[in-house]
Amino acid sequence: MPVELVLRDRKFQVSAGQTIRQALENLDIIPETVLPVRKGKLVAEDEILKEGESIRLVAVISGGCGDRPR
Amino acid sequence: MKCRKCGERAVLNMRQHKLALCADHFATWVPEQTQRFIEKYKMFGPDDRILVAVSGGKDSLALWDVLVRLGYHADGLYLGLGIDGGTGYSAESFQRCQAFAESRSLVLHHVDVAETEGASIPVASSLTHRGRGKPCSVCGMTKRHIMNQKTRELGYDVLATGHNLDDEVAVLFGNTLTWSVGYLARQGPVLEASTLGLARKVKPFFRFYERETAAYALIRGIDYIYDECPHSVGATSLAYKDVLNRMESERPGAKLSFYLSFLQAKEGGLFRQESEAVVELLHACTSCGQPTTAPGLCAYCRTWEQVRARSAAPA
Repeated sequence: MPVELVLRDRKFQVSAGQTIRQALENLDIIPETVLPVRKGKLVAEDEILKEGESIRLVAVISGGCGDRPR
Repeated sequence: MKCRKCGERAVLNMRQHKLALCADHFATWVPEQTQRFIEKYKMFGPDDRILVAVSGGKDSLALWDVLVRLGYHADGLYLGLGIDGGTGYSAESFQRCQAFAESRSLVLHHVDVAETEGASIPVASSLTHRGRGKPCSVCGMTKRHIMNQKTRELGYDVLATGHNLDDEVAVLFGNTLTWSVGYLARQGPVLEASTLGLARKVKPFFRFYERETAAYALIRGIDYIYDECPHSVGATSLAYKDVLNRMESERPGAKLSFYLSFLQAKEGGLFRQESEAVVELLHACTSCGQPTTAPGLCAYCRTWEQVRARSAAPA
């Protein structure tokens, strides 16, 4: 069973058995821009993805306010 | 991956520090590091009264949480900008700040821009040349002005903002691409007060990556507004952050090194001439008294006078 990665309203199906970081890189999601959450708990990106699980990716990049040099 | 302090399973790997920590140790590491930066950069002392600018987002609420945990007298300031964007953005962000303050019995000051100035930020930007097309310019200018004004009026020693290292590096990157030496000269984690009416401003989170402030907010159970301001879509700073994070992914520590090298160069006098030139050129605004680079009205007073005049004019 594939693994589901959920980033805001986007869902990605990836293979189990790889690390979260590997899966993100394959999807061209920069690992530095998200935090993986498994069953409501933050997990490190070297965790191995398990069959059938769902991982929420919390986007961490914010900004754009006062969009001018300062 | 194991926590370096206790050997339990780590939840965050900070590759730029070669440091992985579990949730509990990360939640104590952040305040320890913040205190270290406050002292190292001489931001404020234990007796100072601090006004924290809060937006309802992860950085500002996490900063408020950390300062209170460290025992500082830290009150909040929320600016109601009147941004809806179909999601009630401002209303929801205010509600997050209120809930945070109430749950911890903290003081939260609130300024509603539409009430004090006569128009919300989106309306104001539609009525001025400065804001045509996008309200971010009017918004940024208004926030800076009111935060400075309130810090002084309410008698706080310092204004603290939740800017993190990614914010700072994105600005530095933009200013470097255009060699905006005037802006480069003024950028830094501590902006000193001036006799011309500028309050002291500090950024105690400026050494943390954005990922770390978000992780802290999640671990501490801080209920922050997750959605971005609807006007931030396509912002240049977000494009810069994307480029910088791609570099960081390839070379851990690239962002931190870029910023610290900049501070070191500045300390060494790289922009000394420009810093002195800025101070010499400042005048007091003839209406509000805040400093401005040209004699007469400051950009804030000029913009909002124009907004009020155009609001009152018959269509």
